[in-house]
Amino acid sequence: MLASYLRLALKVFGRRRFFTAVSLFGISFTLVVLMVAVAIVDHVLTPRAPETRQDRTLGLYFASMQGKHWGWNSEPGFMLIDRYGRGLPGVERMSIFSTPQDVPAYLAGTRVNFDLKRTDGEFWKILDFTFLEGGPFTSDDVDQARFVAVLNDTSRRRFFGDGRALGRTIEVDGQRFQVVGVVPDVPRLREVPFADIWVPLTTAKSDSYRRELMGGFLGLFLARASEDFPAIKEEFRARMKRVELTDSHYDSMVAVPETPAERLANRIEVGPRRGVIGTDRQGRTHVGRFWAALGLLALLFMLLPTVNLVNLNMSRIMERASEIGVRKAFGATAGTLIGQFVVENVALTLAGGAIGLVLAAAVLRALTASGLIPYAQLQMNGRVFLWGLGLAVIFGVLSGAYPAWRMSRLHPVQALAGGGR
Amino acid sequence: MIQLQAVEKVYRTDTIETVALAGVNLEIAEGEFISIMGPSGCGKSTLLNLIGLLDAPTGGQVALNGTLIASYRDQDVAPIRNREIGFIFQSFHLIADLSVADNVEIPLLYRSVSAKERRERALAALDRVGLSSRVHHFPSQLSGGQQQRVAIARAIVGRPRILLADEPTGNLDSQMGDEIMSILHDLNQREKTTVVMVTHDLAKAEQTARTIRLFDGRQVN
Repeated sequence: MLASYLRLALKVFGRRRFFTAVSLFGISFTLVVLMVAVAIVDHVLTPRAPETRQDRTLGLYFASMQGKHWGWNSEPGFMLIDRYGRGLPGVERMSIFSTPQDVPAYLAGTRVNFDLKRTDGEFWKILDFTFLEGGPFTSDDVDQARFVAVLNDTSRRRFFGDGRALGRTIEVDGQRFQVVGVVPDVPRLREVPFADIWVPLTTAKSDSYRRELMGGFLGLFLARASEDFPAIKEEFRARMKRVELTDSHYDSMVAVPETPAERLANRIEVGPRRGVIGTDRQGRTHVGRFWAALGLLALLFMLLPTVNLVNLNMSRIMERASEIGVRKAFGATAGTLIGQFVVENVALTLAGGAIGLVLAAAVLRALTASGLIPYAQLQMNGRVFLWGLGLAVIFGVLSGAYPAWRMSRLHPVQALAGGGR
Repeated sequence: MIQLQAVEKVYRTDTIETVALAGVNLEIAEGEFISIMGPSGCGKSTLLNLIGLLDAPTGGQVALNGTLIASYRDQDVAPIRNREIGFIFQSFHLIADLSVADNVEIPLLYRSVSAKERRERALAALDRVGLSSRVHHFPSQLSGGQQQRVAIARAIVGRPRILLADEPTGNLDSQMGDEIMSILHDLNQREKTTVVMVTHDLAKAEQTARTIRLFDGRQVN
């Protein structure tokens, strides 16, 4: 039966080439946009080197200090993480590192800016960097405030061209560092590992950061297992209630370690309704709502082309009233006919999806090559493909079901007479 | 085989009521070949649609094989139409995008029949109407008479016990019309298929065992 439906669908599509072309364009364009979005989310959230242990890590990305008349939301400060993040239950390792700082260097007399991150030694143990040259700096280097640096591949080429960097010296932000390692470029979208240059925390020009509760640092916690996450969060939340606030304008602190998905939800969520889909003011996370919101957004985006396709399908199906009458006369039930027309539409959508997949792969290649998102390696992979396939099927069912239902309600006598009522 | 008791069909809108059929009583025995005659608009096709369970009466009762049709819900009547009834239409109603064989297979799509068996039975039905050489053709490549023969093959492929033909020769010239009548007679005599045929043509009606005459929705002698 399916083969018969598909044969007929091919004939109908071939006969009505304009309709088919318009439909395919609408479907493939919609799916290209959605698949590129999926690929970007996939790029941000799926475990990949150096974040191979991402499923076991929580990050402290955000803190909120509240007072009667004042509020301060930012990244946490070093002291908050250092004083309240150590010794959490179920945490195997913990790292503190700065957010990337935009620092200048002068290369052949030209100012070039780099993103520099100051980290501790544990940073290199939680993250799984592959080294092109040398290795990471150690906790001892950090304790001794040694001026050593790890570069990414692009920075190596900027400083030293095609030559090796190991053991050579760079000068950034008025400080000189000896290169101890070189790693592949890390996409900017990977917030935790990303930088152009990594140097020890203790090489900062001032140690005032050690006394700050708010601003400029992130914490990373490697749990023994993801099952430990709730206990870690709970304990941290409890500790936040005991924070000794140094500024009398504030009387409470809210901060909670988050998974990458929770972090993404918080980054996307902006404005006064913050807390609805991300982390709320009590430090509770609502990542389920975030995924639901993303799904809703995707559905809304598909709505307009779906309505268009529904209209096209209505006229296409109503032209086939006589066929509907014949099929009903010979024993087709409404359900069978709905199945037939949905199958036809899903076939058309899958064809559009296949075109969309090819186009999306090309767009992702072009996006990666353009450097619009620094060091991004956006690509079509199995997950993105499956998402695309799933979206195509949803699109096909959505745009096929209503016309099919309308058609299935045609009275057989009137359908045979060539029209609906 | 087919029993109609006091059947009526009234089409109602907000402002008007049209009586298409009123007080029709009819009994058709198994293996009969009957014709329904009458002027245009007298209710012939409506009567055929009621016998074929394509439409529900607004009054009276229809029974097939001694079973009263109590429900006209899609899922209740569709299987009966599929197994018991074959339809032949004046304008053939072949699906232009399907080959001759695929058209003939349609009734079998709605039964648990394998693709292989469907094809075998479609070929046998086409052979029965003398069209085995046109299996892969499309309807537009056939003459009117050939198209009607394909429609007959489609009607008989499921081996129904009742054939309902609505002006089957109406769109054909007399020679082709005779060919179609001959096939219907053959099916009636050899397979004992009950045939109910609507026609305008007195000569064709006279070839059947009995003629039901309608006038203004009523049965007349």
